[in-house]
Amino acid sequence: MATETTTDFTLDTAAALAAEEHGAIEGKSPWVLAWRRLRRNYVALGFLAVFVVIVVACLLAPVYAKHVAHTGPNTNHLGETFTRDGQQVQVISEGGFVNGQFKAGGIPVGPQLWHAGGRYVFGADSQGRDVAVRVLYGGQNSLKVGIGSAIICCFFALVAALLAGYYSGKTDWLISRVFDLIWAFPVLLLAIALGTALSINGFHHFGINIEAGSLWIPTLVIAFVLIPYIGRPMRGQILSLREKEFIEAATAQGASPFRIMFGELLPNIASSVLVFFTLIIASNILTEAGLSFLGAGVQPPSPSWGTLIADGQDRIQTAPWLAIIPGIAIVLTVLSLNVFGDGLRDALDPRAKVKLEH
Amino acid sequence: MLAFIIRRLLGAILVLIAVSFITYLIFVKIPGGDPAPRIAGRTATQQNIEDIRQKLHLNDPFYEQYWGLMKSLFSGELVSYSSQLNVVDQIKQGIPATFSLCIGAGIIWLFFGILVGLISAVTAGQASDRVITVLALIGISMPVFWLGLIVRYLFAQGHPFAFMPDGEYVPITQNPWQWFVHLLMPWWVLAVLFIGFYGRVLRGNILDTINEDYVRTAKAKGLPQKRVLVKHVLRNSLIPIVTLFGLDFAAVLGGSAILTETVFNLKGVGWYAAQAVGDLDLPPIMGVTIYATFFIVLFSVVVDLVYAYLDPRIRPT
Amino acid sequence: MAERLVEVKDLKVQFATEDGIVKAVDGVSFELDRGRVLGIVGESGSGKSVTSMTLLGLTRDKNTRFEGEVLYKGRNVLEMNESELQEVRGNEMSMIFQDPMTSLNPVYTVGAQICEAIQVHERADKRVARRRAVDLLKQVGIPNAESRVDNYPHEFSGGMRQRAMIAMALACNPDVLIADEPTTALDVTIQAQIIELIDRLKDEFNSAVILITHDLGVVAEIADEIIVMYAGRVVERAATRQLFYDPQMPYTWGLLGSIPRLDREKQERLHSIEGTPPSLIRMPVGCKFRPRCPFAFDKCMEEPDLVNRVEEPKHLDRCWLSVPEKRKLREATIQGEVAAA
Repeated sequence: MATETTTDFTLDTAAALAAEEHGAIEGKSPWVLAWRRLRRNYVALGFLAVFVVIVVACLLAPVYAKHVAHTGPNTNHLGETFTRDGQQVQVISEGGFVNGQFKAGGIPVGPQLWHAGGRYVFGADSQGRDVAVRVLYGGQNSLKVGIGSAIICCFFALVAALLAGYYSGKTDWLISRVFDLIWAFPVLLLAIALGTALSINGFHHFGINIEAGSLWIPTLVIAFVLIPYIGRPMRGQILSLREKEFIEAATAQGASPFRIMFGELLPNIASSVLVFFTLIIASNILTEAGLSFLGAGVQPPSPSWGTLIADGQDRIQTAPWLAIIPGIAIVLTVLSLNVFGDGLRDALDPRAKVKLEH
Repeated sequence: MLAFIIRRLLGAILVLIAVSFITYLIFVKIPGGDPAPRIAGRTATQQNIEDIRQKLHLNDPFYEQYWGLMKSLFSGELVSYSSQLNVVDQIKQGIPATFSLCIGAGIIWLFFGILVGLISAVTAGQASDRVITVLALIGISMPVFWLGLIVRYLFAQGHPFAFMPDGEYVPITQNPWQWFVHLLMPWWVLAVLFIGFYGRVLRGNILDTINEDYVRTAKAKGLPQKRVLVKHVLRNSLIPIVTLFGLDFAAVLGGSAILTETVFNLKGVGWYAAQAVGDLDLPPIMGVTIYATFFIVLFSVVVDLVYAYLDPRIRPT
Repeated sequence: MAERLVEVKDLKVQFATEDGIVKAVDGVSFELDRGRVLGIVGESGSGKSVTSMTLLGLTRDKNTRFEGEVLYKGRNVLEMNESELQEVRGNEMSMIFQDPMTSLNPVYTVGAQICEAIQVHERADKRVARRRAVDLLKQVGIPNAESRVDNYPHEFSGGMRQRAMIAMALACNPDVLIADEPTTALDVTIQAQIIELIDRLKDEFNSAVILITHDLGVVAEIADEIIVMYAGRVVERAATRQLFYDPQMPYTWGLLGSIPRLDREKQERLHSIEGTPPSLIRMPVGCKFRPRCPFAFDKCMEEPDLVNRVEEPKHLDRCWLSVPEKRKLREATIQGEVAAA
């Protein structure tokens, strides 16, 4: 009596066991297996492509500004007109009666899309600046802060976790206490507090000099407050790896601590680090947006997606595109990273045990 | 057990002391320059500034400065730089709005987060799971303040679908119905992000737990499916959710709902801090930070205790 | 004539996976009578666990395909629906697993987990169930059963935990106890105690036991009959004494040779079987053990049948070598003079 099989492949315990043993017996490296799995995940790869397109577009902001929009991110066009479908339109309307209806003055023109030959594709803001250009330049800053802070955060978190996990004892105690202390603060408020404090005069201690308006401030602030977020799960994983026999073997062979930490422990958590890294870029972009929205992140006149939304806040009723469009940019970017990060995690470990947690 | 609780509480107090010291570092030391004018207030006279210098012992060693700062904070003398209003008073005034927002949103996101995660896990791979996953992913990819703005744009007064009031907090003592109606949008906006996140976490936990050996044992014992699901799978999957919730709830109570409060003009604690940022006004931010950290530390202890109750392995023997 | 409890007829279990169809079990047959102990021996990937889990319907999934019959007291398990299976599981056939630490739910007391089985199958009330749980714990040799019944799994030592699992499995007086690697996760000294316990309980509860392991030393004590599995099939089957006395499969020799023994000359090294088990998706042609067998010859390209080749009629094997040849080669292998591969 045979029951039919279907082609929907999900793995049950016994089947997974069988498949695992099969895979292990065939002796393929886990990275090769992971790559094969990732390659088949069209959704994840598709969103990775979206992210890459966004990054490239933002990098090409100067090109866009010069050749498509014919204006810069900070150039005002108050009182000017431009051509839309052959007609002259005011950048900022003057108000008065239009077709019998009274329209209030001072409303910037909305998204023109392709009607104005590349200008004001996403409309203008209250100072007549081209929103599309600002979104692209803002994207540069948001991505710089998001990716930069992710790199710095993962680097320090990893080093701290390796030291804590490998040396244990007092080193571990100290590093864990530092993690606890940073983590005792609510992440957002700590970032706001640091961001604000550093925006007063910048940071001029210990021989490091960072000016108040620098992008380094939000970057370092966000990296700093999230070190425990990455560091603690990493430390946990390293602690459990540390007890495994291959570490004992390496020590017995006379490997130096550096060698063990970076040659043995690190490769084994590499897949977790990769996934965390991807996901935390997404999270940092959101955090930067929030900080900049409040004024504790990227400082004007530098645009970022967060500051753009803040600019559009007061005009949400009359010029909604000012706030909506930068937000869409954020959502697309963050969503792409999240979907790809998920796909990456599924590929690297179909039953991932280490997760980002509080 | 009592020893465990006492130890945790002592630890918590130590953490609070350390936190207050770090706050001092952030607000007095890091910006560099002369903190006195920043702390005395914009309209302060030279005499005020001198007074502040005295009170905060700014000409003395750092530990005296720290002590002076703490004293002025807790004695209620700390004053906002721009508004000259007492920081502690302002925080107290903000509490009703913040608590109303957070408790309501918390109930919503906990309930729906669990519901969504459960449905998603039980129907894993099918259409309902995929839809939920997509929605959850979008939910966690949206900046909460942006969502708030859009919701306001669409639903608040003066608009196509207008049927909601446009933010602003109405105290429950003043008008319960209005209190409720004004909070509906903020509740849901704040909850969306968490529902997405909790749903995914629970789904992951459930799918992991289903593969655990003890679930296989439960099945092998001949227990009915529902019992296996509820008593063995759910019971274990929910433990991390409970601890997550404890900490998230503490965070928003402490003012991490700052973005939602700002967008909806709910004059809570977070809103108060947001106003201060624009003016680079440090005292309120300092006050709110300590207030918020207090909540987090307190709830950490509570969460630890609850966790020990739920997971016998953690209990100290 | 003892009652026939379980009869497996040409069981085949296949899983559809990303890489192809895994033939986890490929034609396995055996019988189990009341009061008897059947040992199933093999490496990981041999299909022994899948076979035993299939007896309780635990391998059912939309990607699993079954053929053959699994008869429990005449009823085909493969055709039972979920509620019929729930009736059988824990009640008429029970199973204990390899790692008692992870096989018990950490958030419930051991007593609660034992009572659960009793309450569900016999609708007993809490007090009755609890008393039964305490008695069971005493029967499996746990001291201070009265208080330990309220302990959590992590408060037990490894051996105690496995005893508790056995108590849980026997709670409803099942006729068949399936023990899947019950001693693998335990210390050697505890292993013997657990095996003895299973043997004693089998008589006390008048049931039958299927003991699954990769270690021939474990089954030697209590099994009446042993089947050796490889690549999803039975490759040798005999009464225990017969198997140890006159093993016919080179694979079995390898398994025997890898047991350290006190009664023989001290060997230079323990010999293990070289190579790894075959992929269950792309199996080798002919005899599945051929790639690893040091004695393979041309006839081995044709898959041997499981038939009786020796004098003892109940001893079946799958090897083309003639019996006298085998006996000569065997001694050398087991003595360690010739490497098993």
